[in-house]
Amino acid sequence: MIHAEGLTKRFGNLTAVDQISLDIDEGEVFGFLGPNGAGKTTTVRMLAALISKTSGRAEVAGYEIGEEANELKIRQRIGVLPDNVGLYDSTSAYQNLEYFGRLHRMDPATLRKNIERLLRMMDLWEKRDLPVSTYSKGMKQKVAIARALVHDPILLFLDEPTANLDPEAAKMVRDVILELKKENRTIFLNTHNLDEAQRICDRVGIIRTRLLTTGSVESLRSGFSRKRTAVRLQRPTEELVAAVKQTLHKEGVELSGDRLLIDVEDPDRENPDITEAVVAAGGRVIELSQVSPSLEEVYLKLVHEENPPP
Amino acid sequence: MRVSQAWLVARHDMGIFRHRWGVMGPLIGLPLGVAIGFPLLVNYIVATNGGSGLNSYLPQLINAFSFWFVIGAASLPTAIAAYAIVGEKVEKSLEPLLSTPTTDGEILLGKTLAAFVPTILAIWAGSALFQVLIDAATRGALGYLFYPNWEMFVILFVLTPLVCLYAIEFSVLVSSRVTDARSAQQYASITFVPLIFLYVAGEIGFSLDTTHLLYISGIFAVLVLALFQVSRRIFHRDEILTRWK
Repeated sequence: MIHAEGLTKRFGNLTAVDQISLDIDEGEVFGFLGPNGAGKTTTVRMLAALISKTSGRAEVAGYEIGEEANELKIRQRIGVLPDNVGLYDSTSAYQNLEYFGRLHRMDPATLRKNIERLLRMMDLWEKRDLPVSTYSKGMKQKVAIARALVHDPILLFLDEPTANLDPEAAKMVRDVILELKKENRTIFLNTHNLDEAQRICDRVGIIRTRLLTTGSVESLRSGFSRKRTAVRLQRPTEELVAAVKQTLHKEGVELSGDRLLIDVEDPDRENPDITEAVVAAGGRVIELSQVSPSLEEVYLKLVHEENPPP
Repeated sequence: MRVSQAWLVARHDMGIFRHRWGVMGPLIGLPLGVAIGFPLLVNYIVATNGGSGLNSYLPQLINAFSFWFVIGAASLPTAIAAYAIVGEKVEKSLEPLLSTPTTDGEILLGKTLAAFVPTILAIWAGSALFQVLIDAATRGALGYLFYPNWEMFVILFVLTPLVCLYAIEFSVLVSSRVTDARSAQQYASITFVPLIFLYVAGEIGFSLDTTHLLYISGIFAVLVLALFQVSRRIFHRDEILTRWK
């Protein structure tokens, strides 16, 4: 659905997006993670044929970006939810959707049907004729998502769909995205909400001007170099921690609740020594397990590394 | 360029302005004020002067008054164009609009039509009333119907549309550099300053005859073409999304 090779955007001397290459399959939900100013929105704008690329190439929904004739076809097949909802506040939700459906040259009967289906799905059908200015933030965001979907796009770009929403509204929007996932739509989700990415996305990419890594959340977590063994103890003490550190000659030992977390390189080789050291220090072991790093740890390590991997 | 796509944008914008008093007030008030106010003044002059010396004085005065429709064509669309473009900037609705399969040229044409069509219709409607009332007020004193005449034809069908387009294109340029509709309107209002000078010139003796009106139209045609080229370059999605304030 999306194939990009060396996609780059420069604004004068500033490189906003540098040599991005990625492939996203049909029906996939791809999370694009990165700090503010990392190039997420610029990447979406290039892929959505909204702004020109400086170099590289990309094929979106079967068409090469960069030519006006192709770009109209791309925009016909995709839906875009920008980071600002950008609705016409003085008109109703129905009128907002109707206008955008017409701009996509939909036939009136299909348009009416789609508007009703989407507004019912968003639980807004009863309020369809009220001016958008009377809606809550969450409701406006749902109208904006419906607007991006009104012409039945095969690919959807969602830029920070839950940013600035209260937890309840954010959950409403996430539920809508999960519904869209069930409909097998391809979704490109810009977010810096890692929990959201972990719950919704099939794969994620982490960007900081360059694409630092891509993969499923699980593969990123398991490929992360930091491994830890967790030893759950009865009545752990600071003295026990100090004793274990000394026995194992390790600095990476810390207490978290009733768990002793110990950095390891090779769990199969080191775990028997750890058990022995804990028992020798007077610890009573309840459980021993391996801890995978969270997506947050992977993300923070990658975006803060001085020289991230290419 | 699909005119039907541009017309969709124009119709939508006109639907929104219909409910804005800041746009509709001047759009109705100015042509109506000129159409009724100046004939009343002329009627007063005719009544108080009793017809003496009016044959040479009245035509010049009425031609100068009719120039107010040209001034209206410069001032009225700036309010609409400011709302059409800066209003979208404020509501952040330009990006979703640019995400549709509509070209920059079609959007710009739509915004231009949204400002042009209601302005021209209001000017034409006002001028029709103006001509009827002027004829009613002066027929006795002049001994003939002053309107219709070639000067008014050139004003309404050549000069007014050109001046209207000139004001809209200028508003597009201003809109890319300001962040609220009021500022856009204020900056764009300088478009009618040269027309005020022409009006004053007409009042103090410069003949606004057909030939002079066509010369003035030629100057505005050149200005429109030049501004159109610049606004096409400025109203470009790359510029709008990355450089507009």
